[in-house]
Amino acid sequence: MADVKRVHTLDWSIQPPYLAPGYTSTLKRAPSQPLMPLEHKLSELTGPVYGESDIKELDNDLTKNAVKNGEPMGERIIVTGRVLDEAGKPIRNTLLEVWQANAAGRYIHMRDQHPAPLDPNFLGAGRCLTNDNGEYRFTTIKPGAYPWRNHPNAWRPAHIHFSVFGRNFSQRLVTQMYFPGDPLMPLDPIFNSIPDEAARTRLISQYDHSVTTPEWALGYRFDIVLAGALETPFEKDDDHDD
Amino acid sequence: MTMTTKKYLQSPSQTVGPFFHYGLVFGGENTLVNEQTKGQRILLTGRVYDGDSEVVPDALLEIWQADAEGIFNHPNDPNQAEVDTHFRGFGRADTVNKGVYTFKTIKPGSQGGVPYINVRVFSRGILIHAVTRVYFSDEENTKDAVFAGIPEARQATLIGQLEQNQDLPTYRFDIHMQGSKETVFFDL
Ligand SMILES: [Fe+2]
Repeated sequence: MADVKRVHTLDWSIQPPYLAPGYTSTLKRAPSQPLMPLEHKLSELTGPVYGESDIKELDNDLTKNAVKNGEPMGERIIVTGRVLDEAGKPIRNTLLEVWQANAAGRYIHMRDQHPAPLDPNFLGAGRCLTNDNGEYRFTTIKPGAYPWRNHPNAWRPAHIHFSVFGRNFSQRLVTQMYFPGDPLMPLDPIFNSIPDEAARTRLISQYDHSVTTPEWALGYRFDIVLAGALETPFEKDDDHDD
Repeated sequence: MTMTTKKYLQSPSQTVGPFFHYGLVFGGENTLVNEQTKGQRILLTGRVYDGDSEVVPDALLEIWQADAEGIFNHPNDPNQAEVDTHFRGFGRADTVNKGVYTFKTIKPGSQGGVPYINVRVFSRGILIHAVTRVYFSDEENTKDAVFAGIPEARQATLIGQLEQNQDLPTYRFDIHMQGSKETVFFDL
């Protein structure tokens, strides 16, 4: 413990503010008082640990994990990438969870009533652990854009929701992955709540032909960097410059 | 030990949105104990409110806590070898029922300090998680440096109030995102 040092944590030049007036739901839900500082103790330097026993075989294949009577509709894709800390070290064996709309932009959720078809063979939820290099991989269907009521004719760009735990409580991240070239991104108040253009761009996946599988699926790469970098006596120094 | 430099820039957060349930909450994640877990069972319950004092029915709460002896089930805890293996210490609950969440857990130990539970709030309309803590109304919370560092007028927003006449000791902890009762949130 004595050797565990916090180097840095949430960077507010990168993270979205609580209050983003273009995203109207923030108006009544954004804390108005300044956040209180918190020195990291064991309760922040620890967090839930997951293992292979928490994962089922098809959890990372959304094209197969909810099949009832056929293949899900839509464009099959592979999404892969690495989870790193700010020092570029891989975050191993951390749980990633994803959820998304189907190819028509419809979620299986009682509150999503927009008139697009459900897909009986697609749920849109998956999970996996990162490997020793911090890599994850999902097979899924490219999600469709969907309308919402934030402002007249508002549509969310296509996105996949990501939840990542990281090594400890302080690294937790919930975010969304977008697709390159989506014309709805410049119009989206959620995407544009992130103040820094370079930071926004890091939420856009990249088409990667080396991930694309012949006759099967297009490949997208999406790396995730979690706040903080810890030196601990338990991990050797890795150099993964890429 | 090597110097750690910031070679990579952190990914920005985005809202969990309104449709997280089937991806993150499958049922039962708000029960942290099984029959063999050691410690005093408690209910931790409350409502999440917005700035108009309307309930927030689409929030997701996560809690993280130590076991009954104050040990965290994680390798950074030097006492992990003695941790209660029937207690992971992590739970999730939604607020679909009129803004109410409930966790069945244990009162954490504290290794000589003051016990508390870390809480994280996600919701539609919240672009980056809001982190707070539950302290317990039947503890000497001012002995805790973090609690004592909060302006006195706002300390009450961090206290789970023990309610009598319940089958199980029940701590009520409401979360107010805004307004005169706004909960204290922390900058991690
Ligand atoms: Fe979404």
